[in-house]
Amino acid sequence: MGIRFVLMVNKQGQTRLAQYYEYLTLEERRALEGEIVRKCLARNEQQCSFVEHRNYKIVYRRYASLFFLVGVDDDENELAILEFIHLLVETMDRHFGNVCELDIMFHLEKAHFMLEEMVMNGCVVETNKSNILTPIQLMDKTS
Amino acid sequence: MEQLKTLGRELAMGSHGQSKEFLDLIKSIGEARSKAEEDRIVLREIETLKRRINDADTPKRKMKEYIIRLLYVEMLGHDASFGYIHAVKMTHDDALLLKRTGYLAVTLFLSDDHDLIILIVNTIQKDLASDNYLVVCAALNAVCRLINEETIPAVLPRVVDLLNHSKDAVRKKAVMALHRFYQKSPSSVSHLLSNFRKRLCDNDPGVMGASLCPLFNLVSDDANSYKDLVVSFVNILKQVAEHRLPKTYDYHQMPAPFIQIKMLKILALLGSGDKQASGHMYTVLGDIIRKSDSMTNIGNAVLYECICCVASIYPNSKLLEAAADVIAKFLKSDSHNLKYMGIDALGRLIKLSPHIAEQHQLAVIDCLEDPDDSLKRKTFELLYKMTKSSNVEVIVDRMIDYMISISDDHYKTYIASRCVELAEQFAPSNHWFIQTMNKVFEHAGDLVNIKVADNLMRLIAEGFGEDDDAADSQLRSSAVESYLRIIGEPKLPSVFLQLICWVLGEYGTADGKYSASYISGKLCDIAEAYSNDENVKAYAISALMKIYAFEVAARRKVDILPECQSLIEDLLASNSTDLQQRAYELQALIGLGAEAVETIMPRDASCEDIEVDKNLSFLNEYVQQSLERGARSYIPEDERTGMGNMNNFRSQDHNESLQHGLRFEAYEVPKAPMQPKAAPVSFASSSDIVPVPEALSSRETHHISSVGSISEAGSSELKLRLDGVQKKWGRPTYSSSASSASDSYSTSQKPTNGATQVDGATAVNSKVRDSYDSRKTQVDITPEKQKLAASLFGGSTKPEKRSSTSHKVPKSNAADGAQGSKAAVVPNEVAVEKTIHQPPPPDLLDLGESAVTTAPSSVDPFQQLEGLYDPSISSGIADNVGATTNATDIMGLYSESTGSGSYSIPVSGNNANLLSELSNAPVKATSGETITTPLPQSIKGPNAKDSLDKDALVRQMGVNPSSQNPNLFSDLLG
Repeated sequence: MGIRFVLMVNKQGQTRLAQYYEYLTLEERRALEGEIVRKCLARNEQQCSFVEHRNYKIVYRRYASLFFLVGVDDDENELAILEFIHLLVETMDRHFGNVCELDIMFHLEKAHFMLEEMVMNGCVVETNKSNILTPIQLMDKTS
Repeated sequence: MEQLKTLGRELAMGSHGQSKEFLDLIKSIGEARSKAEEDRIVLREIETLKRRINDADTPKRKMKEYIIRLLYVEMLGHDASFGYIHAVKMTHDDALLLKRTGYLAVTLFLSDDHDLIILIVNTIQKDLASDNYLVVCAALNAVCRLINEETIPAVLPRVVDLLNHSKDAVRKKAVMALHRFYQKSPSSVSHLLSNFRKRLCDNDPGVMGASLCPLFNLVSDDANSYKDLVVSFVNILKQVAEHRLPKTYDYHQMPAPFIQIKMLKILALLGSGDKQASGHMYTVLGDIIRKSDSMTNIGNAVLYECICCVASIYPNSKLLEAAADVIAKFLKSDSHNLKYMGIDALGRLIKLSPHIAEQHQLAVIDCLEDPDDSLKRKTFELLYKMTKSSNVEVIVDRMIDYMISISDDHYKTYIASRCVELAEQFAPSNHWFIQTMNKVFEHAGDLVNIKVADNLMRLIAEGFGEDDDAADSQLRSSAVESYLRIIGEPKLPSVFLQLICWVLGEYGTADGKYSASYISGKLCDIAEAYSNDENVKAYAISALMKIYAFEVAARRKVDILPECQSLIEDLLASNSTDLQQRAYELQALIGLGAEAVETIMPRDASCEDIEVDKNLSFLNEYVQQSLERGARSYIPEDERTGMGNMNNFRSQDHNESLQHGLRFEAYEVPKAPMQPKAAPVSFASSSDIVPVPEALSSRETHHISSVGSISEAGSSELKLRLDGVQKKWGRPTYSSSASSASDSYSTSQKPTNGATQVDGATAVNSKVRDSYDSRKTQVDITPEKQKLAASLFGGSTKPEKRSSTSHKVPKSNAADGAQGSKAAVVPNEVAVEKTIHQPPPPDLLDLGESAVTTAPSSVDPFQQLEGLYDPSISSGIADNVGATTNATDIMGLYSESTGSGSYSIPVSGNNANLLSELSNAPVKATSGETITTPLPQSIKGPNAKDSLDKDALVRQMGVNPSSQNPNLFSDLLG
């Protein structure tokens, strides 16, 4: 299935966005996020951006105070996921203009919409920024 | 300043129509300094929402805000189920933004079997038929998340219709919806799979890219049905790699890398073990490897995927070589990420060309010793793949050391099972095997499979399997000794203790070194120290029984230690019937005469087969006598419990059901009376470690006299359950001659590996240093590392040669000088070994030397191979050319709308076509004015100027492809 979840967590470990591509209960999510965040935040810059956790592999990338964590299956191409994160950030950047943690917090639904355009069923389906943003911009215009 | 910035932001945000209240909430969550504080805020928020959300006249816009606040509540780990229904209601809304927000919330809140889903299906059906394509898209998103197996039929026809929608965004999502259905229930869409093939040839690259996701699943489920697509895939991949997709798909100057990667994954599956299919791929793979930019992450991601593909398909020496070069680059990189990928790639390639690990041995060891856990684990994975009998000791030792050092149970279990697997497969000696297993059990005993303990017991009992009794008993003595040493350690895992008890009981007194009272004392200690573990106690008491039985049989006086006596007395009164029975049996056994004990509990008979007379024929006489005395004859159990009646009843039933049309099947659970029969058996097998092969039902045992039951139980103790246990260690897979050879090899090699080799290494070192160093400018390699490298990789030269003769030697290596001499080492060494027939101590530095000694001998095999190899590739190319023309034909069949005939992923020229199609869309939508005016201008943003400004800003902020890591989020809070 590829991508199992996408998390955005700030450096205090607070969740800023969470999207799961398989259903987990509230408790499971809570526990998982806690464990993963603890694991990833403890790592330093030199260490590689991939961490194994239970049966997930987590690919993470840090932008200023925000960590992007993507949980993937074992056979996923980690480097590609790393770049997928970057593509997501670039896309948000194009939409919000110099995106920051607060943008995501204030427009949580929009960040979700972008993710919805990019990932379906745990697969990366769209990587064309204008294709990703068109529906969101159209929606903005009409509302 | 900081505050000012925040204020500015807030003002900007406020303009989007969010209320002050919402801004305050977000701000307070953002400023929360601890989880506790955040929880307080959220709990307060829950109270507020509960009060207000049910207010009937909440304006819609306000409601949307409430829904988003609910999202926050759930995201931060609190239950928001009180508001789910409002999210469901919001999906009914006509306003697109509200509808989509509603759908989003519902997908985040609900699992696909939630009760509320049924309320949404209707809305989804309606929305799928909407004229507004954005509404359709929103509904399709929801379909992918919420539709489960039962509700698929409700939306399937609509989704299938949408596969031909005029909007590419809709087609793309429809493909994914169908993909979802396939994941959920393959049978529901089995008749629609050809649609994925059709969409592969869609005009829009986005749709084509999306169709790769389902196709990947389909191919991995059944590659053979999709072999015909190989040529199409190769063709498309070629076009993508040649930059024929619109520039908007580029990522950091790479043409549609995510599509390339997906395609490579599919090709890897299709080409696996298929020479013909692989032949089509060689050219395009070579091109991509050549073209990919190894300076960017994304370029490396594509390169890595190429390696995976090359390693998976039918091997091609040229590509393998190119892949090896890429791996070398990865491993030499300073980036840990690339090293990680390099190690992984090496693990994939090593099966095909074992020699490539050698040039990277130091890099691999660096990774192994790196403090970064991820890298270390990946390296263990690699080592696991290259383990052989020559290096198993080093590798398993390393693994065990690492296993001891970590606390993560999940990985501990994993690596413990890896250790066991390797030890079972490659153990150089049984002694080593036992020592290794002891370590694994000691540190991860509760995590390993119970079968491993069974296997170990069996090994100790059976010994080498040859008729070497002295060696066997030596093995047992050493096992006993090691266990007596280990018992003292605190908190041993239960499984390990059981194993220890069994071995001590069976062999504790066998060699006469330890007295019965000593061993029984130890066993009592175990039972006492782990008094709340019944399994351990059961093993301990059975072991005691064996010890005493052996004493009695040997006509020695049995004096039971006071602590043993008290243990037995405890167990006689135990709550566990199992322990009680064992204790009683022990008591009874000790009271018997020596001959009886000898037959009941023969010494060292755990491997003897026990004949179980299932018909209990020895009781026939007794039964006969009883019958003669007027006893009632035995009625089989199922008859007794009325099963016969049941059957009658059922047949009666059947007749009646024909009349009334009522179903009585629901009531027929007649298994209940059977239960007591099955229950004791399962109980016995859980508490009893070594169940009798054919478990006797408890009722039957009641008929057996007491002596009989003892012998029954006693024999069950002695018998190891051997059926179903895989025979794994060393020997059986190889012929005995080979194994003895390897044994002698390992013994002769041991000293060389240890002491002498260092000398040899340094000697060679000085001799070859310059030639070696000139090639590999590795600085300061510590002797420990060299030694480790030699022990890890050294052994690999031997089996590798074997395979290299059967394997194609990279032929183009001969062409370029320096590389050639390095590669020539492989065949050279074969020659050297053949003539001298004494393998030089494998060592990382002797590569250069042997290359110098026998260069000319290598000429022949190369030329031969060249002859063998060349035609195959040229024919492969020819095939390919033929195939491409073929492919266009196939594509032509699929491409429906474009009259051009040849397959076209919109190349820049073709764009006009696309646009006209886009502008056609609104025409089709008859119902007045909709939002669907997807003119190309609207794509960029509110207006052209705005978007330009934004783009400029973006570029200013450093988000352009050239910089690796743009300085985003630079203006964040705090």
